[in-house]
Amino acid sequence: MSEEVREMKVIVFRLGDEEYGVPINYVGSIERMLEITRIPNTPAFIKGVINLRGVVTPVIDLRERFGMESASYSNRTRMITVHIEEKEVAMIVDEANDVVDLKEDDVEDPPEVIGSVDTDYVRGVAKLQDRLLILLNLEQVLSNEEMSQLSVVDA
Amino acid sequence: MDTNQYLDIFIDESNENLQKINDGLLDLEKDPNNLEFIEVIFRAAHTLKGMSATMGYEDLANLTHQMEDVLDLVRHEQLSVSPELLDVLLAAVEKLEDMVGDISNGGEGKTPVQDVLDQLKAIETGESIAPVQPTDTDQKQTSLSLDTFEETVIDQAKSDGLHTYHIQVLLADDCLLKAARVYMVFEILEKEGEIIKSVPNVEVLEDEAFDNQFEVVFVTETDRQELTDKIMKVSEIKQVAIQDVNRSHANEEKEREESSKKTEDHPSEKKPEHPEQSSANRKSASTKTIRVNIDRLDALMNLFEELVIDRGRLEQIAHELGHADLTGTVERMARISGDLQNIILNMRMVPIEQVFNRFPRMVRQLTRELDKDIELEIQGAETELDRTVIDEIGDPLVHLIRNALDHGIESPEDREKQGKSRQGNVLLKAYHSGNHVFVEISDDGQGINREKVLQKAIANQVVTSEQGNQLTDRQINELILASGFSTADSISDISGRGVGLDVVKNTIESLGGSIEITSEPGEGTTFSIQLPLTLSIISVMLSMVGKEIYAVPLSSIIETAIVKKADIQTVQGQRMMDFRETVIPLIYLREVLDVPTSEVPDEYESIIVVRKGEKIAGLVVDSLIGQQEIVLKNLGNYLTDVFAISGATILGDGEVALIVDVHSLIK
Repeated sequence: MSEEVREMKVIVFRLGDEEYGVPINYVGSIERMLEITRIPNTPAFIKGVINLRGVVTPVIDLRERFGMESASYSNRTRMITVHIEEKEVAMIVDEANDVVDLKEDDVEDPPEVIGSVDTDYVRGVAKLQDRLLILLNLEQVLSNEEMSQLSVVDA
Repeated sequence: MDTNQYLDIFIDESNENLQKINDGLLDLEKDPNNLEFIEVIFRAAHTLKGMSATMGYEDLANLTHQMEDVLDLVRHEQLSVSPELLDVLLAAVEKLEDMVGDISNGGEGKTPVQDVLDQLKAIETGESIAPVQPTDTDQKQTSLSLDTFEETVIDQAKSDGLHTYHIQVLLADDCLLKAARVYMVFEILEKEGEIIKSVPNVEVLEDEAFDNQFEVVFVTETDRQELTDKIMKVSEIKQVAIQDVNRSHANEEKEREESSKKTEDHPSEKKPEHPEQSSANRKSASTKTIRVNIDRLDALMNLFEELVIDRGRLEQIAHELGHADLTGTVERMARISGDLQNIILNMRMVPIEQVFNRFPRMVRQLTRELDKDIELEIQGAETELDRTVIDEIGDPLVHLIRNALDHGIESPEDREKQGKSRQGNVLLKAYHSGNHVFVEISDDGQGINREKVLQKAIANQVVTSEQGNQLTDRQINELILASGFSTADSISDISGRGVGLDVVKNTIESLGGSIEITSEPGEGTTFSIQLPLTLSIISVMLSMVGKEIYAVPLSSIIETAIVKKADIQTVQGQRMMDFRETVIPLIYLREVLDVPTSEVPDEYESIIVVRKGEKIAGLVVDSLIGQQEIVLKNLGNYLTDVFAISGATILGDGEVALIVDVHSLIK
């Protein structure tokens, strides 16, 4: 699970009361909310597309992606743009305002039950003094498989 | 000379494929058990073989074919990857690179390949491998050979009373700055006359990639002794030998060269009628075009679109201010940017002719090899396609045509027995329809033998026999596109080992297109390829649905209409309206696209009448905004296959609008 060891920088964001992290090398930018154009016939967690400096980029609501209760957007809501396997996606999160350094030893395999998120989406957890950071498995979060299943159902 | 116009494409593509093979072999060396690499190498070699055979470079084709045979064994795990094997394969790649290099320098692409061929054959037959002999290209390069162009120049010089010398310059063993010395010698020579040829060539000399010796052929008025003295003045020159060159001498050299290349058994390429001119053409072949990454063109287009948006604003401002000078300048700018747009668009659009043109020759050649009588007819060669698509579509078409010739059309005798004409026909046809370009390859051959296909598919474990029994005819046809499938009883040079067709399918799908097969036993087979018009700028009709803006490509629109709600009838749950004496179905975008809308009671509906091929339908929207040129953008790799949406665009105010896929709406 922890193939990327040594030290890494992680962007920390918040969903509800939980703190999550994605390695900084996946992150393109952190944006304030932009105007979203809805895309019909897609799963509910896909909010639509935005114009990210001339590139049409899909937006997913991470709360809804994980089946959490959706929340209304505030002025602290952010979009984190991530890219993985040639896919570029903006993820809506409640707040994003921290970068931390993690060491290999800090990251542990995810326990059976963790927070509100299906363990499939979790790469590991890291303890930082009194904070618990859930590291996301972006491949899984952004996998198209589920997408295409869902779109078949919708169509 | 008919190959000249795609020579540069051939060179570019060959280099790409060689690079792929090279990379693949190196990857394989690191991970010898990974068959994925073999697959990549195999396909690149396969493509290269096809292309070089088409272009008439036999040595290139022979060598790649032999490589393919060996790779095929590895692919089927009948041969394991050993360092020795890789050595030979890499040596073969080196040869191939030499040949392609020769072709791009205007040569014939002929190199002695027998030694590597023998080694490959030895591997194939399971013999142990003799160590790789050093390639004898070096040796070849030191002997003097002149092409017809150079010979003509020498003849000319002779009749003008000039001397032609063959100068051999030997640098001192401890010479440090070889390139500098070469440069000095060249400078002296250029003052005295004209250098026709240097061995090795100038690039190699500049890179210092030679031993201590180089040779030039030189035309001058100056006599031999004076020349020797002048060259010897350059320091670190050990020796200068100058000989007269006369044509007969050059000819002998040339012939000796030719015979040592073992090319007698191949009929040589037809000799150009005007050597001088053709040589000049060939020389410039690699400089006439440059390859520009399509991403750059996209970036250019994006920038341009922003310019267009700002131009609109500027026009508005100038109009409001009413300042004469400003208005004049803005108008001029508008004209220039209009021209610019045309240029940018034209840069991307290429007639498919460029791809089609290579086929008649290929078909002629294959017909001879197969001993069949086949006529190729081409229609719609002028159909224009985006460069991205043109670049990719060549290989799939080569595969499909080869397939049609090899498997589709029967031998003249068989055709006669079946009461068909002796001559088989293959029709290659391209046409625009709506937002797509269709390319069809039809033959009037034996059609697909579904029983045989099914048996083979089961034998090759493409499907299980249970699955096989449930397949429809169409699905069985499509099995021939599956990976690892081939119905050819024997491996032939023409259509290979089943790598062809699944590559075709993959390539087409990666372009966002699709391929369909229709086949009637005894009557023939048609492969129909549908390709998106991936133009970057298209004209659309912008329309409002609820609070959302949707773009409908103008290419699908017949006209727009406003009809009274009362004129819309419902027939069996389907709403219809009269349109020019026919009744057409209506598609309500707000329903199909699930648009949150507060239904405003309105007496009229705005309709966009669209077509897909012969079928016509009306798209019902809330209101029409107007026609506009937009930049087509895709939705990225995350959102693939969104129903009824083919892409997106960014509007003047920065918002994203979606483009309606009319084709998927009309069934």
